[in-house]
Amino acid sequence: MNKLLNVSGSPHVHSDDSVQKIMWSVVLALVPAFLVSIFYFGLPVIILTCVSVGCCMLFEYLIQRFIMHVEPTITDGSAAVTGMLLAFNVPANLPIWMLVIGALVAIGVAKMPFGGLGHNPFNPALVARVFMLISFPVAMTTWPVPTPVWGFADAVTGPTPLGILKESANLDMSQMPTYANMLLGQMGGSFGEVSAIALLIGAGFLMWRRIISWHIPVAFILTVFVFSGIFWLIDPTQYASPFFHIFTGGIILGACFMATDMVTSPTAKSGMLVFGCGCGLLTIIIRLFGSYPEGVSFSILIMNALVPLINKGFKPKTYAK
Amino acid sequence: MSKLKILTKGFFKENPSLILVLGTCPTLAVTTSVNNALGMGAATTFVLLMSNILISALKNVIPDKVRIPCYIVIIATFVSMIDLLIQGFVPALSASLGVFIPLIVVNCIVLGRAEAFANKNSVGDSALDGLGMGVGFTISLVLIAMVREILGAGSFMGHAFIPSDYNILIFVLAPGAFLVFGFIMALVRHLVNKIEEKRKAKCCVK
Repeated sequence: MNKLLNVSGSPHVHSDDSVQKIMWSVVLALVPAFLVSIFYFGLPVIILTCVSVGCCMLFEYLIQRFIMHVEPTITDGSAAVTGMLLAFNVPANLPIWMLVIGALVAIGVAKMPFGGLGHNPFNPALVARVFMLISFPVAMTTWPVPTPVWGFADAVTGPTPLGILKESANLDMSQMPTYANMLLGQMGGSFGEVSAIALLIGAGFLMWRRIISWHIPVAFILTVFVFSGIFWLIDPTQYASPFFHIFTGGIILGACFMATDMVTSPTAKSGMLVFGCGCGLLTIIIRLFGSYPEGVSFSILIMNALVPLINKGFKPKTYAK
Repeated sequence: MSKLKILTKGFFKENPSLILVLGTCPTLAVTTSVNNALGMGAATTFVLLMSNILISALKNVIPDKVRIPCYIVIIATFVSMIDLLIQGFVPALSASLGVFIPLIVVNCIVLGRAEAFANKNSVGDSALDGLGMGVGFTISLVLIAMVREILGAGSFMGHAFIPSDYNILIFVLAPGAFLVFGFIMALVRHLVNKIEEKRKAKCCVK
């Protein structure tokens, strides 16, 4: 009876979405890629992921409890997602103390100083990745060769396909992994980014649950395809094919899991398309003309900085107008 | 304002680079090592002290309309002096600070103190203000440089004590300067606010 007499402002109908539900769904969506990397890189993947997730949650707890003096909200899972994405962005043989510093940067520099979840202008995991890439250039670009066996895989290291592309003067596809291997993840790289199929399964799950919309990933990947395709058509002996660009490096991981971060991406669908196109364009520019072989993290961070501007130009349609 | 307060306000309460956010360019650029920071701080302190004294002494002579060019000429004179002195006696410091010594001419702190303090106050007060601001600038430079040198290069005043495998390179590069600057600025402001609050609470109880 009491319930009927409650007077409250709109909205009156709530969906049962919550921060917890969204964040743990993202964690669930990352599990296929996690399993594939365990298959290729073995035990270090499990250790690094656990350390990264644990440290992110610990740092968030400590900062909220002792510096911000607010009720800790680590159970909402946002720190766990940051930790997982951060771990996915490093080589499987990275020394653990570096990852701990990365976790500290993600939470203590990129997230909490701005006010915590929902206030950070940049994706915390990517800020930490770029921080580590600049700080530890050798450790962050020494990639173990994926070997589908159990155990430590850090004995042999090799370049990533994009690294080969950047180093060699002429394009030599014979050194490159086959497209099938690229899809499955049999290539050098950060351990979470290697298997395109596993990542796409996760992204499909998130789209099915309506946690992410298709706009950013599709705009991102399509722009990469078209833009690198133009260069490939101009001179196929010097520029790699668009398929190569899509399936190597962090494009799939970045487009589906990093760029779609709700906090750091535009609110309107049209804005999302602009955001995705910008990411794709910058990625290819950095890959083809920059000094780094891979540009996904830089391009997403640069577009993160432009999000307030995009939101100003592309406002979501007001309901019932 | 008491004489002591004129001197000490520049240390923390009105610290030129951390609270007033003046002279950010040298703060970010030369703080890669504590030695550089000390050298830059000393040079700037000298220029601040001397230009404050001279500008304060000449405040009734300098026409109001052309005061900025006059200040710049005075400041540039002292900067040239300190530049030549450093080149002559500490060539190593001159080499590592490079263009940033001549650039003290355009440092906002020096001109800012001339505009805000020296042209309204007596010679003695201006000297104390210049000295205090210079010391405050040096303190902030050394604080930032300490963090950057220890984390980024694993050394303190050139003495390495952390093996180079454990250096976090970003701290000796430009992005690290911004990070450290921001965090130290936040910390100092927090401490200054806290001290102010305590002082206010005390005087109200009385």
